[in-house]
Amino acid sequence: MAFITPSSATARYDVIVVGSGAAGGQAAYTLTMEGARVLMLEAGRNYDPSSETPMFQTNDAAPLRGMGTPDKPFGFYDATVDGGWAVPGEPYTNASTEEGRQFKWWRARMLGGRTNHWGRISLRNGPYDFKPRSRDGLGFDWPIAYGDVAPYYDKVEMLIGVFGSNSGLENTPDSPEGCLLPPPRARIGELLARQRGRKLGIPVIPIRRAVLTRPLDHRSIPARFHPGNEKAQRILAEDMQNRAACFWATECGRGCSIRANYQATTVHLPPALATGNLDILANAMAREVTLDPAGRAAGVVYVDKKTGLEHHASARAVVLAAGACETVRLLLNSKSSRFPDGLANSSGLVGRYIMDTVGADWGGQVPLLESLPPHNEDGAGGGHVYVPWWLYGEQKAGKLGFARGYHVEFGTGKGMPGGDPPYLPDPGGRTSYGARLKEDARRYYGSFVSFTGRGEMIPNADSFCEIDPGVVDRWGIPVLRFHWKWSEHEIRQAAHMQRTFADWIEAMGGKSSGAPDADGRKAIAPGGSIIHEVGGTIMGGSPSGSVTNPWSQAWDVGNLVIADGGVFASNADKNPTLTIMALAWRAADRLLEEMRKGNI
Amino acid sequence: MDRRAAIKWMLAATAGAMLAKAPSFAAGAPGTSAGAAGGPAAGYGTDPDLVKGYKPGDLWPLTFTGAQRREVAALCDVVIPADGHSPSASALGVTDFIDEFVSAPYPDNVRDGRMILDGLAWLDGESARRFGAVFAEASDAQRNALCEDISREAPSNPDLKPAADFFRRFRNLAATGFYTTPAGMKDIGYVGNVPLARFDGPPADLVEKLGLTDEVKW
Repeated sequence: MAFITPSSATARYDVIVVGSGAAGGQAAYTLTMEGARVLMLEAGRNYDPSSETPMFQTNDAAPLRGMGTPDKPFGFYDATVDGGWAVPGEPYTNASTEEGRQFKWWRARMLGGRTNHWGRISLRNGPYDFKPRSRDGLGFDWPIAYGDVAPYYDKVEMLIGVFGSNSGLENTPDSPEGCLLPPPRARIGELLARQRGRKLGIPVIPIRRAVLTRPLDHRSIPARFHPGNEKAQRILAEDMQNRAACFWATECGRGCSIRANYQATTVHLPPALATGNLDILANAMAREVTLDPAGRAAGVVYVDKKTGLEHHASARAVVLAAGACETVRLLLNSKSSRFPDGLANSSGLVGRYIMDTVGADWGGQVPLLESLPPHNEDGAGGGHVYVPWWLYGEQKAGKLGFARGYHVEFGTGKGMPGGDPPYLPDPGGRTSYGARLKEDARRYYGSFVSFTGRGEMIPNADSFCEIDPGVVDRWGIPVLRFHWKWSEHEIRQAAHMQRTFADWIEAMGGKSSGAPDADGRKAIAPGGSIIHEVGGTIMGGSPSGSVTNPWSQAWDVGNLVIADGGVFASNADKNPTLTIMALAWRAADRLLEEMRKGNI
Repeated sequence: MDRRAAIKWMLAATAGAMLAKAPSFAAGAPGTSAGAAGGPAAGYGTDPDLVKGYKPGDLWPLTFTGAQRREVAALCDVVIPADGHSPSASALGVTDFIDEFVSAPYPDNVRDGRMILDGLAWLDGESARRFGAVFAEASDAQRNALCEDISREAPSNPDLKPAADFFRRFRNLAATGFYTTPAGMKDIGYVGNVPLARFDGPPADLVEKLGLTDEVKW
């Protein structure tokens, strides 16, 4: 068992997992390590990080110095394969032409999906985040609480490796002893922001990212995860020893050939494959989930992209982990006499309540950071510190004009040069050139600081996706049409972000170009552009008000599990990936239990 | 370039600047996303080999004429001349990079490439008008004088605005080309991209000098 073709697939599997990213990877890991035989369908090609990752390549070895293009929007060395805001031959549409009502959809067509290039920021939702409606009357409460998910956060942190620290701050959960790896030291610009932020009441603490700052504890973790399962323990212990700690170089977004950061292809799939229980079928575009006469999921029809031919794979259970919107598309395209409006859609809510993250940023040039002696600031890639949402009191007192919070990420330091030169501020509107240019570059390089806000969007009835009746992709599969609208909460939050950051730049003695606009519509990033889309198959306490039950099973079809971000009933400011993995592990545990009991 | 041609170019460059504000590709419009049209025809595609090294001309043909190459090399070296720390831009292959950039098939490159080529034509015309020699054959003092006139973001003579925009764009490209080379990275003080056994953070004396404290404990 390993990488297979349609003709070498087994007649029937225990579970089919559609998708190989954070959700699919975690589900496949949990299921195969406990003995279930799994077929994983991936719409993109196979991908091998050990041989395909550009680890030390400099931008002068890349076309166009590594700049982004429509083929590689995040730059040449970004790990994304066959993906981006547009995937050739696989369109999607927007219903509105109005500004601010567009949704952009980032996809990757490769084994491991978007986990290969993601930012690795791994924040836990807090207790408030599962019960937001109870706090402010908006959106939905989840049918589960922080305590239900906490043990899975613990396990995911220990499995993938997350650095960070415990701060004890409000709604920013600490992790039990043994979960976290030590955080890297802050960079100089981060220390300055921290010092000046304190005067503004802004708490700066180490961020949590899925990067190994030291090797994982292969001696004790495997036994905790897989009690009584010697084979799984041995496989995991071996695999953990094959992951190196970070050597503090090369951006995480390129992927990591030494497996120091988390991507499904370097963390979840190798041990799952080692069990012998996992078959992976790449270039398999899932088209429809089929039903047996009793109305249970029977399998998946997929298109083999190599031949264009359709095949059917059968299993006792189906786990959808295609990404929130792709999962919606698959369900809505799975129509039957039993489910004429799409599979598991008796509530009519499949595709409803799509959420992204509120994004806005602001930056400036800080004279204190000019002409600093050269020192290595690569670190673990990305920021080493962040600010969890800190204005709970002000918000509760009604002082902010919007509900829900945001966290702040940092951009500081002397990163590897590439793209447009941010080290030439051209003071006085004079385009620096000649001998002066070289002096300016030495002086200003590393003196720019940017703050990035990442905030919670409240689900609303105007943000959803459905099947576009008039457009199909190159395989003839109907595509998604998006509807999008921010509420005033998100728009005001975005304006608050920029105002706060501009004040902060000033507190650092820095200069921004211009002043932030009071109108958050000008600050907020377009829907989908933060690539945190969740919802569409939200979980809840009743079949009429939600698509999945508290265990991520479709209310309508018990052996159909939704493991991706589709089940999110709210989208806290915390980046969703860690929670996706925790919920996927929890759902897979439940599925195993139900299969053992014979219920599935 | 005569005045009529200069005005024509100005109009074209202004149109280019307006285009620059529009999204280059988007899922925005009703109908299908950019991918439905099949994407760009002749770029490196969505699945290029990321590990091998590339040089300008490997992926699409370079298109500068000999005269344009000479002009770009000359302009590169006014923008980034050699000094005691590092060579000039043209000595580090920046001319080839700018050729690669303007010759690339992507919409942004086609748009900016037109602006660069039009700007180069203007610069040669202006040099000939003022000094009787194209830019590459003008003296260092003459080249510097030409660049000085278009180095204000908002030139006092508004007719020069498109030329100033061209100069800023060219300068940015030259800096990108220069500071992404090993010699450029060394000059600017980038000392990363090397494997380390440990990450020590900023030097302690620097932290102290800036009046900061490093309290983040391991």
